Parts: sequence; structure tokens; C-alpha cells
Amino acid sequence: MFIRLETIRLIEIAKTGHYTSVFSAAETFAALYYDVMRLQRGNPAWPQRDRFLMGKGHAAVGLFPVLADLDFFPTSWLDQYTRLGSPLGDHPDMCKVPGIDFSSGSIGHALSNGLGMALAGRFHGNDFTTFVMLGDGEMQEGQVWEAALGAAHHKLNRLIAIVDRNGYQLDGAVEDVIDIEPLDEKWRAFGWEVHHVDGHNLSELTALLRRLRADDQRTRPACVIAKTVKGKGVHYMETEPGWHLGYLTPEDAKRAIAEIKGQEI
Amino acid sequence: MHQPLSKDSWQYRGLNELTPGLNYLSDGLATLVEAGYPVLAGSADLQYSNGLARFAKKYPERYTQFGISEQNMVSAAAGMATAGGMPFVATFASFLALLCCEQIRMDIAYCQLPVRLIGHHAGISLGFYGTSHHATEDLAIMRSIANLTVVAPADGPQLVAAIQASAEYPQPIYFRIGRGRDPQVYEDGVPFAFGKAIEHLSGEELTIIACGSMVHPALEAAKRLNAARWSVGMIDMATIKPLDREAVLRAAGRSRKLMTVEEHNVLGGLGGAVAEVLADEGCGVRLLRHGIKDEYSLIAPPSHLYAHYQLDANGIEAVALGELQRN
Repeated sequence: MFIRLETIRLIEIAKTGHYTSVFSAAETFAALYYDVMRLQRGNPAWPQRDRFLMGKGHAAVGLFPVLADLDFFPTSWLDQYTRLGSPLGDHPDMCKVPGIDFSSGSIGHALSNGLGMALAGRFHGNDFTTFVMLGDGEMQEGQVWEAALGAAHHKLNRLIAIVDRNGYQLDGAVEDVIDIEPLDEKWRAFGWEVHHVDGHNLSELTALLRRLRADDQRTRPACVIAKTVKGKGVHYMETEPGWHLGYLTPEDAKRAIAEIKGQEI
Repeated sequence: MHQPLSKDSWQYRGLNELTPGLNYLSDGLATLVEAGYPVLAGSADLQYSNGLARFAKKYPERYTQFGISEQNMVSAAAGMATAGGMPFVATFASFLALLCCEQIRMDIAYCQLPVRLIGHHAGISLGFYGTSHHATEDLAIMRSIANLTVVAPADGPQLVAAIQASAEYPQPIYFRIGRGRDPQVYEDGVPFAFGKAIEHLSGEELTIIACGSMVHPALEAAKRLNAARWSVGMIDMATIKPLDREAVLRAAGRSRKLMTVEEHNVLGGLGGAVAEVLADEGCGVRLLRHGIKDEYSLIAPPSHLYAHYQLDANGIEAVALGELQRN
């Protein structure tokens, strides 16, 4: 609830933003940052921390409130979201925002970035886990599959990809733009262990990610396909895929906030 | 039973041995490892072409074979740099600078990560492999990327020196190197400083400014012209960015004319960089930019190409002489 409400508040400052991308990924952010990942509150550069990278960088607006809540940077920064000179923009920037483990914006690089982190972690004997969230539309980028091939070949068992399978991209339904199914068979064929989960069921999602993180016996990277709903939590966004990028009028924002507050999560 | 291939066979050499001059790359990295730096090297199915096979054999735990996935390699190197590594990744300059331009910009330069990119077989040194393998735009592309330092060592010893100097250098670096067959200009142990030109000869009529594989033939041409009683200077502009502006201005103050020599399009490379300094400072000196004249290079054995484009010592001498005799 906190992530969704803050997203609405921040986008109000910017007057445009990616609500629905955040809403599909909100439970994953919550599971990772409040339960699964090894982190130290107030210490964003702790070398032993687990890493999180976002291929779908435009959902950063939903991650910033979490990082501020973990004391990685002052909460007051949020009020300046996208203003002139603000460290916080539409995409995560590691040079400007403490707690962002890697910048993104160009689609398709993040799994390769995570692969490099996992390789360096292994070389240094540092057992952190690298989580890479990928958009399902992002699966259309060739570089994702270069990285998938390489990660399996190099047996990067501390690399975990999470596909936010919300079914939509900018131009419409993923299956209509360029279909990526059968997605699980593709990842398996590339040498990954694959799991399916309801990306909005916080307890299931958390349990699965905790189990994968703790599994020292796995010899391959793991991919979690999280079935999600783009715009989850606000019914008119859930049923209208055109909300990839948008802006809520104050009246619609009130309706959205009421709806989100009426839910359990 | 199959007869083993003869040592003289091209295939035998190609598959099992390294281009001797490119061993400098491995040897340079080894000196950093021995000095305690967390070097992590990577190559994209070209470890025999760039000589990293030697490093891989000596330090397998520090080497990653990426296969033919150059963009993945460049982005992964960025990830390595955030997790305590000092990555050096290598592939043909044409693929590194052009295919991976966006990964270099976003993952490395924008994020200011100290990744070392080795673009080897630069310029037209791949000869008959064809235009796809020629890198005549890489300097222009890399030079326009903020935060990125661009270096073109003239030979193996200067490459080793530049690699050693990079150990404590905070910015990302693009190294533009040849194919390991460049004649030596420098002795082993030569000093190197980023952003500092090396002034070999001083001249009043013309100063030649060259970089990378063009330093040796340009120096040879300048010496011949001086022997013929012309007064010709010669500068090795080993760092293209940041350019040694002072060296350019000193040459412009001393010589009537300047001439740049590069194995690159005359647009946007060394000649462009020198022209920018002259224009910025209002220097009225004439500049002749010698290189590939905004065209795609032909297919031929490398030595034939260098002769065709007047980028060997004879050609550079002829072009410089033409300029000297022109009012």
C-alpha cells in the first residue's frame, strides 16, 4: 500500500509517470527489500549487501520511497522528485541515488550488469545474491538472451532473474507486439531453473525468493516468472492497458488512493 | 593417421599461437595482477586474436570467456566494476566501439565506472577481412562520450605503460590498439601519462601529429624529410581525449603548418580534435588532416591498404612533401 500511495504522490509532482509498471512490481519490491535481501538499514554501500537491478527502470518511482524508508537517503528527497537538479528521476541512477545498485534506462542491459556483479562477487569470495527484475517486454531484447546464455554457462547460482510478467508493454499486449511465449521453456532451454509465482501474493512470493536465495546447492541461475497485473490495485488501470505512462487528475488520484487504501496490501 | 599441420600453415598459427605483439596486452595485465590489483579480463571469442589467451592460461580465475556476445560483455564489465573488480574487456575495435557504443555510454561512461575497453585490430589493420571489420569511426564515437578517456598507444611498450598508468586512473578508458604487428617506437619501460603528448621532433615548416599505429611511419617520414633539409616536427598524440591542447598550441606556434595522420576517418578523430583546439584558440595555422577521406575502406591485405591510402611511411612522406611545397 505504501509503495502504491507514494507512487501516486510522487507522480503528482512530476505530472507524468509509470504508475502501472510500479503497481505490477510493488509486491516484489516489498518482498525483496523488507524480507529477502541481505541489507543494512542506513548503509546503502555495504559491500556484503545483496544487489537489486531493474531492467524495467521506469518503475524506479516505486523503489525510491522504499530506499528512503531504509534510510539510504533523506525522505525529503522524495518531495523533489524530477525537479531541476533532483537526484530522483524517472529511471534509477546509481551516481545520484544511494541504494541504487545499477543505473538503468536502456532496456536489456540489466541482466548482463547483474551477471558481471555475480562474476566479480564469486571472484572476491563475496556471497551476495544479485536479483535482476526484468520487464516481460524486455525479453524481446537480444542482449537479455546473451546474458541468459552466459549466466548459465558460468553457473552463476547467486544470480536470480525476476520477470514481471504483467503482459503489457508500451505499444500494447506483449503477445500482440512480439510474443515471448513459451517463456518458461525458453529460460529452461537456456539452462536456468524456472519458477512460477503469483507476483501479487506477498507471502508466496517472499517464501519462494527466500528459498531460492538460501539454496546453496543450486548450480544454475534461477528465473522467477511473477504473474502480475499491470496497474494492480486500481481497477481502471488494471482493465485499461493504455496506462503505461500517464497522469491522474486530482479527482482520479483520490479514487485510486481510496481504492488502494481499501485493500489489504 | 592425420599429419599435423606444418608450422608455416596459416591455420596452425591462427588456432594455436598468439600474435606475438599482442602478448603485450596479457603481459601488461599480469604486471597489474602482480602489483595486487583486482584485474578481471574478458574476451568475446577472440582470445587468440587479442592475446588474452596468455592471461587466461596464467590466471583462469580472473578471466571470463563471454563468447560472441560483445554487448553482454561490456555491460557485465560494468557490473564487475561495481563489485570490486578492475575489468579489462577486449574485442575488435569495430565491434567494441560501434556495436557496443550504447552499452559503453550508459553502463560505463555515464556511471563513471573504471572499466578498461580494449579495441584491438583498429583502423584498417584487418585488411582483407573487409569493411565490416575496419574501425574508422571508433575515435569519433568514443571521443564524443563524456567521462571516457581515449588512448591510442603506438606499440607494445607504450600499451604496457598505459595499462600500468591506468591502475590508479579513476575514469573509464577506451584503448585503441593495432593488431600486434606494429614496429616498435619505444623501449620497454617507457613512461606514459594520460593527456600528455610525446614530442619526438621539432620543426618550423610542418609538424606532423599522429597517434597509434601511425606514429612509427609518421616518425620515419618526418626523419626522411628532415634529412632532405626540410624542418619537420613530429608529435605522438597518444591520448586523443583529453587532448594535450598545450602540445597542439606549441606546435602551432612553432610551425607554419600542421598535419594530422590517423588510421581513421578524417572527420571526428585526431584531425577533428586538433582542428577544434586550433579553432577554439583562433590559430591561423593551416591544418592538413590525413587519413580515410570519409569513405568506406577497400578490401586488401593490410600493407596494400596502407600504401593505397598513403598511410605508410612512403605515403605520409609524399603527402607531407606535397604540403611543404604548397604555398
